[in-house]
Amino acid sequence: MSTIIPFGPQHPVLPEPLHLKITLKDEIVTDAIPMLGYVHRGLETLVSIKDLDQMVQVVERVCGICSCIHAHTYCMCVEGILGIEIPKRAEFLRIIWSELHRMHSHLLWLGLLADAFGMESLFMHCWRIRERVMDVMEATAGNRVIISINKVGGVRRDLSPDQLRWIAQVLDELERELDAIKPVLTNDYTVKKRTVGVGVLTKEQAYELGAVGPTLRGSGVAQDVRMTGYGAYKFIDFEPVVEKDGDSYARTMVRFRELYQAIDIVRQLIRKLPDGELSVKVKAAKPEGEIVCRSEQPRGELLYYVKGNGSKFLERVRIRTPTFANVPPLLAMLPGIEMADVPVVALSIDPCISCTER
Amino acid sequence: MGFFTKLLETSRVKSPWIVHFDCGSCNGCDIEILACLTPIYDVERFGILNIGNPKHADILIVSGTVNHRNAKVLRNVYDQMPEPRAVIAIGACGTSGGIFREAYNVVGGVDKVIPVDVYVPGCPAKPEAIIDGVVLALGKLKEQRTAKDTDSLAAELHQAREFYANRADRQVVE
Amino acid sequence: MALETKNIAKTQLQAEVASLKAVGYRFVTLSCVDLGDSFDLIYHFDRELQMTHLRITVLKGDTVPSISNIYFAALCIENEIKDFFGISFDGLILDFGGHFYLEEEVKRYPFCKVSVKEPQAAKEGN
Repeated sequence: MSTIIPFGPQHPVLPEPLHLKITLKDEIVTDAIPMLGYVHRGLETLVSIKDLDQMVQVVERVCGICSCIHAHTYCMCVEGILGIEIPKRAEFLRIIWSELHRMHSHLLWLGLLADAFGMESLFMHCWRIRERVMDVMEATAGNRVIISINKVGGVRRDLSPDQLRWIAQVLDELERELDAIKPVLTNDYTVKKRTVGVGVLTKEQAYELGAVGPTLRGSGVAQDVRMTGYGAYKFIDFEPVVEKDGDSYARTMVRFRELYQAIDIVRQLIRKLPDGELSVKVKAAKPEGEIVCRSEQPRGELLYYVKGNGSKFLERVRIRTPTFANVPPLLAMLPGIEMADVPVVALSIDPCISCTER
Repeated sequence: MGFFTKLLETSRVKSPWIVHFDCGSCNGCDIEILACLTPIYDVERFGILNIGNPKHADILIVSGTVNHRNAKVLRNVYDQMPEPRAVIAIGACGTSGGIFREAYNVVGGVDKVIPVDVYVPGCPAKPEAIIDGVVLALGKLKEQRTAKDTDSLAAELHQAREFYANRADRQVVE
Repeated sequence: MALETKNIAKTQLQAEVASLKAVGYRFVTLSCVDLGDSFDLIYHFDRELQMTHLRITVLKGDTVPSISNIYFAALCIENEIKDFFGISFDGLILDFGGHFYLEEEVKRYPFCKVSVKEPQAAKEGN
């Protein structure tokens, strides 16, 4: 006999309303169906009333956690259609803030995962460390979460040499703090018991179901959109982080190692930061044509399709967010696990529902 | 007012339990609400506890705009909460719909569906502002209780007594 | 910078997608644009960070063959487009019947002839 249990939309471990209809046979999940739409706002239709620059603020609010990268990708698209080349310093600054976003997002997620398997102290530590990154955001951009530094044609704010020195210092401290929690993730019984071998996604499954980001890299596929060298990534040396096992633990380790990678990237950027202007003037732009741009969010590949019709309003902005692509792989991971493991596995793809539904 | 009623009221205000519901938020406010619980801001030192169950919560924190699908869930969560209860709407979206108010699937602020006691503005609202909002809500919680005069309390008590007194009649005779 | 797409007919879609899958392409997503009397559907595929785009144009009211039997991942996006534009897909594995995101109260197919109040300048076609 099978039972159908609704998981969500309001659930203690989920900060967001994810709703899964889970079919159980005793304690084992046999099937899962996603029910979406609790966060759907329809902000893609706002293109017809918000002009090019106002739209930057709208796309930032697709997701508060990776807002900077959304705005960056949108600006890349519009600049691509208009054929604008932005100053090199602006490219570097955009990536510095994007990587800071990646750090705070991964730390946030690590905390939530720890909370999902009941390890409250790790949750608290991760969020304490994360506050260091938030301090950097607040000091450099003026807001903690949605920092709004991107605009069409460049960036709005500069980083002074003093600020850069201070950021480097914070990164050193951050690295020390991460070293301190590393033994917990690599050796601790609680972490391994709940994540190793749970929610396995094979390499073939991951690729075929269109998984992106850490979910794909945790299954052994070295795919990272940053390797295409958009923005300032072409001036930076780095390798995608890959783990082979494809279980929740592998995905955790991918994200944990990406934290070190992000610190390294920001250090390289600070070292190589060129002098120059912050933005170019974009006057009365009327973009015409269509373009597809991709970027790597903390959660994976983000795709923007933008079509302009020759007026100051865009015809269509289409956003394919990483979690949207990670929903089918999640459905493949769930069958065969116990009900009590569902929260951990659901969190292991780092779901961002407000991204998914826009 | 008896000693126990007073004790109950005092302890409720000193240690409010919070349930958080994310309506159509962009996560910006949600992570700030969570940040309140973590070591830097640490609202637990005030006895404020975040719990998942609306049935034993005093304060409902709602972030984000209301849309047609989650309005029902929000109403449901609110109805499950015992009285006295307070509702806090967080962020520009929670108060008015914010940047999304013109989007087709957005109903508007939280107050379109349930009564709101405290509005915390900001996009996203800062943790300091959220803590301030909770403190304001505590005042409302206290007022709500004292506004209910002793008459209505006595009426409730009378109702309960009647119910228990009549229970024998309601029993099914086998 | 223009988007290079391969224009194909609706009937070729299944075969074309299957051949892309055979050479190791990953399905990225599907974008839809309202052209007034027809829809543009652009299928995005990726292999080793190189993208390929297929474009089909369908008249309003036409059905489109679903590719969810080839790529299971297409399921979500096809349901989304059904919600937003009202295009029906033939052979959709799991059909939410136009209520993937939207409730009954919401105007049907909000992305067609944009439902939000729009200024005259942007109003085109219908």
